[in-house]
Amino acid sequence: MSAIIHGAGAATALSTFNFKTLVAPCRTNIPGRSKRCIVAAGSDDDASKSFGSSILTVRHSQKLIANAVATKADMSATTGTGHELLLFEALQEGLEEEMDRDPHVCVMGEDVGHYGGSYKVTKGLADKFGDLRVLDTPICENAFTGMGIGAAMTGLRPVIEGMNMGFLLLAFNQISNNCGMLHYTSGGQFTIPVVIRGPGGVGRQLGAEHSQRLESYFQSIPGIQMVACSTPYNAKGLMKAAIRSENPVILFEHVLLYNLKEKIPDEEYICNLEEAEMVRPGEHITILTYSRMRYHVMQAAKTLVNKGYDPEVIDIRSLKPFDLYTIGNSVKKTHRVLIVEECMRTGGIGASLTAAINENFHDYLDAPVMCLSSQDVPTPYAGTLEEWTVVQPAQIVTAVEQLCQ
Amino acid sequence: MATSFSATLPLHGSQESRLSLTPIRLAPPSSFLGSTRSLSIPSSRSRLYHAHAARRSPVVGVQEVVKDKKITNSLLITKEEGLELYEDMILGRSFEDMCAQMYYRGKMFGFVHLYNGQEAVSTGFIKLLTQSDSVVSTYRDHVHALSKGVSARAVMSELFGKVTGCCRGQGGSMHMFSKEHNMLGGFAFIGEGIPVATGAAFTSKYKREVLKQDCDDVTVAFFGDGTCNNGQFYECLNMAALYKLPIIFVVENNLWAIGMSHLRSTSDPEIWKKGPAFGMPGVHVDGMDVLKVREVAKEAVTRARRGEGPTLVECETYRFRGHSLADPDELRDAAEKAKYAARDPITALKKYLMENKLANEGELKTIEKKIDELVEEAVEFADASPQPGRSQLLENVFADPKGFGIGPDGRYRCEDPKFTEGTAQV
Repeated sequence: MSAIIHGAGAATALSTFNFKTLVAPCRTNIPGRSKRCIVAAGSDDDASKSFGSSILTVRHSQKLIANAVATKADMSATTGTGHELLLFEALQEGLEEEMDRDPHVCVMGEDVGHYGGSYKVTKGLADKFGDLRVLDTPICENAFTGMGIGAAMTGLRPVIEGMNMGFLLLAFNQISNNCGMLHYTSGGQFTIPVVIRGPGGVGRQLGAEHSQRLESYFQSIPGIQMVACSTPYNAKGLMKAAIRSENPVILFEHVLLYNLKEKIPDEEYICNLEEAEMVRPGEHITILTYSRMRYHVMQAAKTLVNKGYDPEVIDIRSLKPFDLYTIGNSVKKTHRVLIVEECMRTGGIGASLTAAINENFHDYLDAPVMCLSSQDVPTPYAGTLEEWTVVQPAQIVTAVEQLCQ
Repeated sequence: MATSFSATLPLHGSQESRLSLTPIRLAPPSSFLGSTRSLSIPSSRSRLYHAHAARRSPVVGVQEVVKDKKITNSLLITKEEGLELYEDMILGRSFEDMCAQMYYRGKMFGFVHLYNGQEAVSTGFIKLLTQSDSVVSTYRDHVHALSKGVSARAVMSELFGKVTGCCRGQGGSMHMFSKEHNMLGGFAFIGEGIPVATGAAFTSKYKREVLKQDCDDVTVAFFGDGTCNNGQFYECLNMAALYKLPIIFVVENNLWAIGMSHLRSTSDPEIWKKGPAFGMPGVHVDGMDVLKVREVAKEAVTRARRGEGPTLVECETYRFRGHSLADPDELRDAAEKAKYAARDPITALKKYLMENKLANEGELKTIEKKIDELVEEAVEFADASPQPGRSQLLENVFADPKGFGIGPDGRYRCEDPKFTEGTAQV
């Protein structure tokens, strides 16, 4: 998995064609190019095809090459040089800082203590904080998740680790009934400030049961928040925010992203749990994604940019609730939406997001929302089959081309 | 692992107290099952069995100890304690009877599970606890809440679904919570409260060992015989014994899980035996006798407070009514019901108090009258209370309402004025 280093330098928009009045002002004024404005609602196929092709010719003659990635707005104006680390180290750093800050923060899970965590997220913490604060539990997900919830009700702030997110299926009773609902059924008397975290997603031939995406199963539970981290920067920020939140938060990590390297600020920072992240501003199409698919999308974006498209890529980060403001602004600008997710097609995050966008921004859409998800199959072991269950960059490129016709 | 049980169980100088201590022993072959048609152990047989078992494993029945106490003429309780216990049991009984009336009059709905007949267990344990100790229960939780100190008004209002209920009308019969009295619920699925109780006990230990606070709070988890076949029960027994958590697991074995007889669903029906398998003492006690329960509870609570770990207490008890008010209760034998009705814990305590000259008829009648008025007043209060308004719908879903997210207009949904009205789209 290639590392993605975010460099400086804003992406330049290639063209501005407005089907409707823009919410955001036009980005650049390229001399010698006239702005074409089509005020008609919806798009007429013939007109857009010819329009699109004429844009292409114009662009090729301009030979504009933009960066496929954009500056992170969060990273601007940091003092100090920052330090480089891997994603799992960023999670550990966030966790350690919060444990230093508040003695009520504790960790519980299988092999989190002496072993240091199966993905080394809790490495060294047991030595520093002791065996009770970093608790090695027996293999009983339902019971230790419930234990974490009981501890949270009585004043602690546990971070409960599922060694693999899939194992948390065994804790569904506790997560749904107690974690999600208990604040409400107790009339607001008890809070459950837990963080439930763990690696999920499709890895490298891990087999069906270790390749599950639980965000779709948990999303209906009322009373919980779900976030998915994708870079070392937002991993640390979201971890800290989740621990400080009074709500129960489920933090989804991905097995294949733990070794991503990035430079993050030295000073303390927190990412907002409810906000989405703008990865690459653009004009032609909004691509909504999260977790590992962000990297497939960015890879596809490189191809797309070379082909003359200008995709806007948003990492939604907050899987529940959706940041409809960032998403909405983007839809109002580009009028086309492609959702790329690793969840399964049926009842996944993409399905909910499609419904939310259609409900709220129907008027701004020029094309139906397209959603690329994993196949509705148990993830096969064979490498070739596994590759075909998950969305690949080539499919993303095709989808964008199809949507932008 | 070696565990020291010797200084603890059993009580008061019984011969069996000098035990050799290796925690895990194979229990002698059970003579309990015998015939599935007989639903209780004849007391003489159980006494022998327990005496036999005691020499092998740190498990005792308390019947013979208490009998010895009586013979030596020293009383188990003082007058004040006796009256307190009596009042608590009468409160439990009257309240539940009133619930049944109110249900049939259409004042409360849904699933209501009544505790009649089991008062000795609740009173026996909870009256020994302080306010900062925690109690976790199941759906049969009204009386646990009352014993713990939640006012009858708050419980009755909650049952009526009114705003003045202990959970603002949002929980209902099966979810009685009180932060003030450390009543941690009230759970609808059996077994799901046990891990929560384990967590509360974990907090106790954490406060002592990590935060260095002076904390000896214990947690008592109540649940039934049906729960003892559930995985969560065993997972928590393991963790509680492993981490030596200050928790007492109290099994209210009333022999029936709705219509499923305990004997038909359990390979080895003697639940107290499952304690030593995990390295904690398992005790069987007559749950229809509040004084016996109280003696066992004292020992278990003291053990937990001293940091010696958990105890599993099986209370043999019985519910006089059906599983819930919707249960026609056709499967249980009338003879069985009559037998247990004759062992009514309230009648038994009354007899004890009067025979031992701790109280007279008049004093007891005063208590009964006082409780009757209290319960009547609770009903009036609940009747007069308002129902929750629409504005309450979206509150309390999240502790931090920002969890509803950012709306299309860029503001947090909870900042929408319609949010407080309960009509915002979230």
